[in-house]
Amino acid sequence: MFVRSPSSSRLQAVLTLVPVAFVVLSVYVGGVLWAAGISFTRSSMLPNYRFAGFAQYINLFSNARWQVSLGNMALFAAIFIPATLLIGYSMAAMINRGVRGENALRTIYLYPFAMSFIVTGLVWRWLLDPNFGIADVARKLGFENASFNWIVNADMAIFTIIIAAIWHSSGLVMVVLLAGLRGVDDDLWKAIRIEGIPAWKAHLFIIMPSIGASIATALVLMSLTVVRLFDVVVAMTGGGPGIATDVPAKFIIDHMFERQQVGLASAAATTLLLLVLVVAVPLLYLKDRRKGAAR
Amino acid sequence: MTITNSQAPVRRNAYAAPFSRALVYALLIVLAIVALIPLYVMIVTAFKSMEEIRSGTLLSLPHAFSFEHWWKAWNSACTGLRCEGLKVGFVNSFLITIPSVALAIAAGAVTGYALSFWRVRFANVLFTVLLIGGFFPYQVLIYPLVRITSTIGLFNSLAGVIAVHVVFALPVVTLLFRNYFASIPIDLFKAARVDGAGYWRFFFSILLPMSVPMIAVAGILQVTFIWNDYIVGLVFGGINYAPMTVQLNNIVHSTYGEREYNVEMAATLLTSVIPLLVYFTSGRWFVRGVASGAVKG
Repeated sequence: MFVRSPSSSRLQAVLTLVPVAFVVLSVYVGGVLWAAGISFTRSSMLPNYRFAGFAQYINLFSNARWQVSLGNMALFAAIFIPATLLIGYSMAAMINRGVRGENALRTIYLYPFAMSFIVTGLVWRWLLDPNFGIADVARKLGFENASFNWIVNADMAIFTIIIAAIWHSSGLVMVVLLAGLRGVDDDLWKAIRIEGIPAWKAHLFIIMPSIGASIATALVLMSLTVVRLFDVVVAMTGGGPGIATDVPAKFIIDHMFERQQVGLASAAATTLLLLVLVVAVPLLYLKDRRKGAAR
Repeated sequence: MTITNSQAPVRRNAYAAPFSRALVYALLIVLAIVALIPLYVMIVTAFKSMEEIRSGTLLSLPHAFSFEHWWKAWNSACTGLRCEGLKVGFVNSFLITIPSVALAIAAGAVTGYALSFWRVRFANVLFTVLLIGGFFPYQVLIYPLVRITSTIGLFNSLAGVIAVHVVFALPVVTLLFRNYFASIPIDLFKAARVDGAGYWRFFFSILLPMSVPMIAVAGILQVTFIWNDYIVGLVFGGINYAPMTVQLNNIVHSTYGEREYNVEMAATLLTSVIPLLVYFTSGRWFVRGVASGAVKG
């Protein structure tokens, strides 16, 4: 792949990478280490460097709002990821059988992904409006007592956010999995047919494992959506009613800027980063191994 | 990488009893309708009068099309103290998106070139760290970036917003170009070197003209992402450079008194026009970008 080259051009290549290296070192490495460092200080409005040990972390995990945020993120992940995977896989598997209008269907399924999460949140807030939204359609259809007030109900509001996010991401998962399905060997399908294996079994135990790399990619993308979850909450419920739909990303931004508790916010951000690494690194490793096996 | 229709092996009838085929079409159509309902409701609501909306007709077409709330959303809806509508945000979003995308692509292409054709010490370490950085939650990087931009005087400025966007876009754009360049035969590079092409000559005269498809793919993806961004614009744009998404959210959430759903939906649609236009006119490229960026990563 690489060519031994005269040193002047080599030097150019090194010089090209200097700005990128600078950004990586100052932001992605330095910034993160600095933020992690701040989480061990007493910083409040402005960062200071008085060492506080794990005090911020102790505060963080005894903070009711943080507990709610983490719980919401876990619940969101537990429903959003399997549901989106199921819907996305179903779309991809059905499209992959060769249907008419494939391009149109794919375009329709993916368009929500081209919309911002703010727009997504605002549209679904309107659709799920207890007075004039879908509940009203149900009432007009004859279900006179239909009420659907999840979005203003502290126990149920988080589910409205999950619905909006599934709508936004299913098409993306479909595209990723369809690319995987297109790579499945035709002989495998033939063998499945000859053996007469039921479709659901074939998908679950044969096809899905054989597109493990694509599924891992989809999982990584969905996990990123989970930890970055912010815009849609801001647009849809503003974290409310009360703090019922608060999420870690919102907790961090609020404490950083409005409440000016930089140390606490940094502790929360560092915790979130560790969570990402714990989830993403094994998935990336799995993907790499799959790739290696396929080669 | 390609997931265009044509080379799908003819897999028709893999399981296709006629019954199950009908079921498949039914399911696909139902899913398509569910996917389209929010867009449809957005459009019809934006054309209805408040009177009609209050009469409770979420799914019906408007009786009489009215346009004044479009004008209000664009020109005079209030975001907190100012009542200038979305037009300011629209301009800001352009001012932010175009340079950010151009710079991100330039930086990603040059970096990808240096990474894939040249043997530079520690380049792989650099690339790995950059890729891992692409997975960091924004919230972790935002505070350091606030400090960095305010130290160099770019906080609350257009240049600051653009710089932060470029930093956040760098991992994925670099990945796209590096993978694309890796698929170009090394012999081309060797031949050009033998003919005496220098570092930049090879990049500009040979590589760049070959990269038009990749530039289009990366451009379309980044235009969509950056136009749709909320958090970077919110934190780094200040009041003067708030992008459209930030203004939209402010308009909707700062209404006192009766909520004007038609204005809200008109504003929401106006904010989506550019990404939807980009998406529907370049759907295949968009799909290709998603697939190559995601799948190959």
